[in-house]
Amino acid sequence: MLALLRALWLILLHTFKKRVTVQYPERKAYVPPRWRGRIILSRDPDGGERCVACCLCAVACPVDCIALQATEDKTGRRYPETFRINFSRCIFCGYCEEACPTYAIQLTTDYEMGEYRRANLVYEKEDLLISGQGKYPGYNFYRVAGLEIGGKAKGEAENERPPVDVRGLLP
Amino acid sequence: MAIIFIDGKPYQAKDGVSLLDACLSLGFDVPYFCWHPALHSVGACRQCAVKVFKDEKDAKGKIVMSCMTPVADGMRLSIDDPEAIKFRASVIEWLMLNHPHDCPVCDEGGECHLQDMTLLAGHVYRRTTLKKRTHTNQDLGPFVNHEMNRCIQCYRCVRFYKDYAGGKDLDVFGCHDHVYFGRSRDGALESEFSGNLVEVCPTGVFTDKTFKKHYTRKWDLQAAPSVCVHCSLGCNTLPGERYGTLRRIRNRYNQSVNGYFLCDRGRYGYEFVNSKIRIRTASVKTNGAAPADEAAPELAISEIRKKLNGTHEGGIIGIGSPRASLESNYALRELVGAENFYHGVSDTVFNMMGEIVRIIKDGPVAAASLEDAREADAVLVLGEDVSNTAPMLALALRQASRNAPMVNLAKFKIPHWDDAAARNAIQNEKSPFFVASFTGTRLDGLSSEKPYRAAPDDVARLGFLIAHELAPESPGVPDASAEEKSLARRIAVALRNSKKPLIVCGTGPQSIHILRAAANAAWALKRAVPDARIAFSLPGCNSMGLALMDFPSGRPVSEALKRVQAGGAKAVIVIENELDESIGKEGAEEIMSLPCSVAIDFIATRTSQLAGVALPAASFAESQGTFVNNEARAQRFYMVMQPQNKNIHGVWRWIMEIKAALGTEKQCPEIDALTAELAKRMPQFAPIADRAYFPPPGFRIAGMKIPRQPHRYSGRTAMHTNIGMVEPKPPADTGSALSFSMEGFYDASKKQKIPSALLTHYWAPFWNSVQALNKFQSGTGGPLLGGESGKRLMEPSGSAPAYFTDIPEKQKKAPGPSGANNKGFFAVPLYHVFGSERLSMESQAVAGLCPEEGQPFIAASPRTLSALGLNKSDTMELEIGGAVFDFKTVADEEMAEGLAGVFVPKNANIAADLAGLYSKLPAWARFLVKTERKQ
Ligand code: SF4
Ligand code: SF4
Ligand code: SF4
Ligand code: SF4
Ligand code: FES
Repeated sequence: MLALLRALWLILLHTFKKRVTVQYPERKAYVPPRWRGRIILSRDPDGGERCVACCLCAVACPVDCIALQATEDKTGRRYPETFRINFSRCIFCGYCEEACPTYAIQLTTDYEMGEYRRANLVYEKEDLLISGQGKYPGYNFYRVAGLEIGGKAKGEAENERPPVDVRGLLP
Repeated sequence: MAIIFIDGKPYQAKDGVSLLDACLSLGFDVPYFCWHPALHSVGACRQCAVKVFKDEKDAKGKIVMSCMTPVADGMRLSIDDPEAIKFRASVIEWLMLNHPHDCPVCDEGGECHLQDMTLLAGHVYRRTTLKKRTHTNQDLGPFVNHEMNRCIQCYRCVRFYKDYAGGKDLDVFGCHDHVYFGRSRDGALESEFSGNLVEVCPTGVFTDKTFKKHYTRKWDLQAAPSVCVHCSLGCNTLPGERYGTLRRIRNRYNQSVNGYFLCDRGRYGYEFVNSKIRIRTASVKTNGAAPADEAAPELAISEIRKKLNGTHEGGIIGIGSPRASLESNYALRELVGAENFYHGVSDTVFNMMGEIVRIIKDGPVAAASLEDAREADAVLVLGEDVSNTAPMLALALRQASRNAPMVNLAKFKIPHWDDAAARNAIQNEKSPFFVASFTGTRLDGLSSEKPYRAAPDDVARLGFLIAHELAPESPGVPDASAEEKSLARRIAVALRNSKKPLIVCGTGPQSIHILRAAANAAWALKRAVPDARIAFSLPGCNSMGLALMDFPSGRPVSEALKRVQAGGAKAVIVIENELDESIGKEGAEEIMSLPCSVAIDFIATRTSQLAGVALPAASFAESQGTFVNNEARAQRFYMVMQPQNKNIHGVWRWIMEIKAALGTEKQCPEIDALTAELAKRMPQFAPIADRAYFPPPGFRIAGMKIPRQPHRYSGRTAMHTNIGMVEPKPPADTGSALSFSMEGFYDASKKQKIPSALLTHYWAPFWNSVQALNKFQSGTGGPLLGGESGKRLMEPSGSAPAYFTDIPEKQKKAPGPSGANNKGFFAVPLYHVFGSERLSMESQAVAGLCPEEGQPFIAASPRTLSALGLNKSDTMELEIGGAVFDFKTVADEEMAEGLAGVFVPKNANIAADLAGLYSKLPAWARFLVKTERKQ
């Protein structure tokens, strides 16, 4: 009897507390920048595709929902020919972002991805690639790597000496 | 055996090997770079440091390079000593100073020995801020990509390319930290073993250029044990597949066969599997010559049934193939009946193959495996251009050429694995090595004296002479010149004084006399040297299997033609064959014009285009079967991938379908049951049912199959979703103990042994590169832990030799001018590693290296040419057996006088009548000067 009255009393008290239910979708909840939502592929500061198709995200993915195929342009710059994420499998663990050596793949704060058809949850490269740099501005993998690509010859990467002249006799 | 103490615990190690070798063999993870199990030690990288102690009391010890220190009984060493660990960590840090930030875009990534060793040696963070040294790259041709920045100066590449494979155009240039590994200028690597650089180089300097075009990480490749289809040696391979296409071929270690290496034809010849030339649907020619229509498989089969109605008994002839598996040939032979089964090879090849089987089976000398060849210490090559017809045999002979002088190393107290010292001690000394050929070969440089250049019959006569010198009861050559006799004597003495002499011959020269001469020589040699061996190079990957099928009877395709001409056949089934090559264009047309003609093949050939019904077959990568190599070793290849569509079946299954349609067979058996049946029915093949060598489909370890995919195979839940959301069940494989999955048994701890025949990839914790192989061998360079893969079918019967007595006459000089402008010359077949094999010519990279841009040519010595009044740029017309062909002319300094070498590449554009030319060689030919033809 006493317990019952106590419960009623508590419920009454709650009527005067501040509300926590948010009127979604009219009002959106705050999501921190490190939220792990919809995945995108970003671009480097020069506007080039950041992804170099190294497959590290794919192999890090615990549910194996990333499949891609590498290719190269005429100058030797590697990029993904196809890049597919099956979001109906994705668990948004963020391992792909952690594995990515180029900051290309990033999880964003967007979580509104509901679909009526599962097939619509399969995102191809054109659905993933954005035009900006995302969360990590400034980094350009190809400026650091030693590989020669269009617009960057051997020895022109950061922290590199000009190429050795093998025929030179000087020590 | 010696007892060594590693970190206080006693272990058994082989006497005389290096410490590194011993530690790796015992399963320890000692990092290393410059050491390689086939190239041995030079001590260049300093990565393999360990500490050794004088005795129990010595607590200080000293750091040594384990790869340069021989094992001694009672030795005490420490791998885990803090000072040794620190030393190794500093070495790798220093090696990485200039290493580019390339891993994500480096094709070596994920199977990089440098990555592995960096982790193993404990270098995880880059401290230096120094600027990195850079290098420009070279274009090394279609096979190998060059990225010099990644080099760590381990010298493995030049040690393989120059020292092991005898290449001349890759070297090291410059000094101190400028050293550069490459060619003196851009250009395609000349050695046909260049592709091995990809596996030998521990970093991403040399990577596979064809793989780069459809790059896939190692962990994403589905693979299965396979056997190379591009020559008769049967090198073991690991082809890898991703997204339904074959991506690359890698070496599969087999101590008795190819060891650690492959040739470039075998490594890069895979692209036919993905090519446009594949037959992918059944086609049925309606109403005679109308173009073939695409047809559903059922339609094709019902068409065959319609046409065959009533003719099944004795009316169908079957033409088997030297490139089809034992199972496919057997299925066809069973369908049509043994008396209606013909070997799809020319008469010459058929007779030669019969003779070779007889020589191995009835003679006292064993056929040499590639391992035997690598261990030989005296070599005689009779007529065969091994570098072009059986490349890996040539590489083995190159090793043989070092073995005789190696015995002197004991004098200098140099262990055989101390490679630089050993090479220094040996200098240019070589094992006795003799070459007899029509023209220059790439083994000439090893020859102990000037190579003997002569026509096929003269080469055979030399062989007979050598045999006679070795054993007087072997018939002599009555009219031999004094010169020939003294040459034969010198060779005989050298062979007799060796311990493991090897006689090499083959079907290339198309001369049965050479085979017999080689047999006589080997048999005669056997009396003095029990370990004498004979090696044969054959035309196709399963030539031996086909020849053994009907031995000692059997019929070549020419008899099928006779039968067709006599009206004795109503239907023909041809499997995996280009009939033009064995029977000529007209013959092929005649056979294929039977009321019912069926071709089952995986590539479109002229034969399949002539066929009324063409059925799409599975290539080696999509089917399972058994090949028998040149030494009669039966080896199983497994399905690497599913066929690209459901119309494609193994040849054997198509034959079963036809059988079912004809009502003689109700049920289609599984491939394994077919293999078992074949082994039971044909005693010569009984060993292929040996479950120890060929694990059955029911084989399990811990209740599991062996997975084709590595355990980190990625993308499973996304790779099919562009087609549909339902993730397909992995296909079942009822024919083998392998699964199309990443799940299954895999263990690299040396405890549970996966049968070697089923190893699909090499991986162990810390070992992602191909060097992980250490974990699967009993001792580095030794046999695989899971037993041998493949089994020899024939050992010599040991009976006394019945020497061949049919000595050919001396080659006649050219018959001389038979018209104002005509000269007769003796035409002999030439081969090229890139060009003489049909399937590999579908790889752009291989075709691009075919000599003379893939045009047929005639090579003759400049003197021969000028006698004809021809310049080397002229074209000439050649008349053989009444047919006239246009040929480009090439001056060949080395060609024996009076001979003309004929080269016809086996590509899709070669005219049908040219394709059959080899079956007529060697032969007298007339060269016509153009004016005559115009008259
Ligand atoms: S890890 Fe990054 S760079 Fe590599 S494939 Fe994935 S997104 Fe591209
Ligand atoms: S060689 Fe190895 S360590 Fe170097 S970039 Fe390539 S994968 Fe990375
Ligand atoms: S290119 Fe490769 S094999 Fe050659 S020295 Fe450099 S790292 Fe070693
Ligand atoms: S030697 Fe012959 S079997 Fe071996 S890899 Fe080369 S082509 Fe293939
Ligand atoms: S492996 Fe011993 S020094 Fe290189």
